[in-house]
Amino acid sequence: MTMTQATLSQFQGCGSEGTDSSEVRTVFLPVFLLLGIAFGFVLTRSEVLSWFRIQEMFRFQSFRMYGIIGSAVTTASVSLALIKFLKLKSASGELISVSPKPLGSGIQYAAGGTIFGLGWALTGACPGPVVALIGNGVYVMIAALVSALAGTWVYGWLRPRLPH
Amino acid sequence: MTAWLGREWPWYIAGPLIGLFVPALLIAGNKVFGISGSFSHLCAAIAPGRVEYFRYNWRRAGLWNLVFLVGVLIGGFLSAHFFGAQGVAISIETRASLTRLGIHDFTGVAPRELFSWHALLTVRGFVSVVVGGLLVGFGTAYAAGCTSGHAISGLANFQLPSLIAVLGFFAGGLATTYFILPFLMG
Repeated sequence: MTMTQATLSQFQGCGSEGTDSSEVRTVFLPVFLLLGIAFGFVLTRSEVLSWFRIQEMFRFQSFRMYGIIGSAVTTASVSLALIKFLKLKSASGELISVSPKPLGSGIQYAAGGTIFGLGWALTGACPGPVVALIGNGVYVMIAALVSALAGTWVYGWLRPRLPH
Repeated sequence: MTAWLGREWPWYIAGPLIGLFVPALLIAGNKVFGISGSFSHLCAAIAPGRVEYFRYNWRRAGLWNLVFLVGVLIGGFLSAHFFGAQGVAISIETRASLTRLGIHDFTGVAPRELFSWHALLTVRGFVSVVVGGLLVGFGTAYAAGCTSGHAISGLANFQLPSLIAVLGFFAGGLATTYFILPFLMG
């Protein structure tokens, strides 16, 4: 295993896990831009980027957020099953596959998840909404984004000393 | 059409639409839907330093993710500026709870008492934005995923690590809501 491969396989970021690290060809990048625009639109119109909606969720005072997350997971799950059943290929021609994340001791998921949860209820925004909020004109979220990048950097730095 | 684009979407429209980003990204490039990985890619691109975790080819691994993130920024802008943004119609109970907490401005998408440049100079505003952001960045990197990567993609694929992470999201969120926020706003 070369150094690059070793580093890539150690790398576990949201979204990079489970897929091979094949590069997206430049021709396909506009597709990802358009999908991102659509996602920013949906985050805004669904109001899941709102601190108020997140508070409503954590206080169990509305079904709305649970309905959104539940129906999103159901839709994604059915789509995934269909993709696997039909053995679909991606636009670049590779067989679509989602390999599971390594469980390990599970500590990283429990501890990291809880730390993120503490921040999620404070900012009222998970990573996508932080960016979508800046687009919405809540410019102070630029500070939240910079801070989040600092947080990610500190994790990378402390990673060798953290239980996983 | 325009009127519909400007309103808040009901959960049964918004949820399935969000879920469809999972197959869309898989079909577009065999990529698993997730946002927080782009924070790592940005660190790797801007300031990898001597941290081994950031020493990888971020263009190869994450350019698609960063392009998607730029899209999210543009999408948020287009949605709010061309189709309007109004106050969020939260439940009466939540409004009452938040009023008791000390929130009085319900006109924006987030309370301006906490989320404005002016509020950033107050302890509660600083903790909400800067400390909150730090926890989001650290926690999602440690857990290797956020709401999109774990709660949507991971749960949809029946992954145990994602279930553990999502339980953590809620444990942390409830702790902030019931312990940290009352203390911070008190």
